[in-house]
Amino acid sequence: MTTGMQNLSVTKSVTVRAPRTRAFAVFTEKFFTWWPASHHIGAAELADAVIEPEAGGRWYERGVDGSECDWGRVLAFDPPDRLVLSWHLQGDWTYDPDPAKASEVEVRFVEDEPGTTRVELSHRHIERHDVPEDVARGVGSPNGWAGILASYAEAVA
Amino acid sequence: MDALGALGDPTRRAIFELLAARPRAVGELANELPVSRPAVSQHLKVLKQVSLVTDSAAGTRRLYRVDPRGVHALRDYLDQLWDNALTAYAAAVEREEE
Repeated sequence: MTTGMQNLSVTKSVTVRAPRTRAFAVFTEKFFTWWPASHHIGAAELADAVIEPEAGGRWYERGVDGSECDWGRVLAFDPPDRLVLSWHLQGDWTYDPDPAKASEVEVRFVEDEPGTTRVELSHRHIERHDVPEDVARGVGSPNGWAGILASYAEAVA
Repeated sequence: MDALGALGDPTRRAIFELLAARPRAVGELANELPVSRPAVSQHLKVLKQVSLVTDSAAGTRRLYRVDPRGVHALRDYLDQLWDNALTAYAAAVEREEE
């Protein structure tokens, strides 16, 4: 539906003082310890967030009530080099299993020098998401993007 | 009317989907849909009012396209989210080291 739009992406890079194996392990096995807890889709408070350690696996959240909500799929799991996830959360924070509406998050772990790893993240094909309709629920309402951005800005201020 | 209301109409939804694929002029839309040119113009006016569609002059024609602000808002949001997440991630790696 948005094939006329160019690839919209976010790229980030962070350097950590750790070898690649540990940098990869913290990103995946310890995902829950660093993921911003306010960013989840279930009704219940976040109890755990999991990236399954294999291609074809799920990545999902578990609420304090035991309920699970999928975020997407693990497309590639190649420790300690590379991780690729599909992101199926739409503009209104609902999960859509359609791969045509999913963006992709690729994370590469590059050892600059022994003991130091550059983590390069690319979240691409954001244009595949269902957003235009969400502008409706979105811009005007406190639960929409404008509201989320506002509360986010408050949180980081 | 809001954007969701505007897309509740099947003809407007069809116009919106055609424009999402690529920008088009009024005449092209009228050729591809079972509605008259004036009717297409009316629907485009509504889609513009709710910021789903924008237009621009292309020579003697006027081209209509999907307004990308919604998806750009999502991109900006994810940009900030990853900044925040990776900062926390780097801190978690350092903690692990201790």
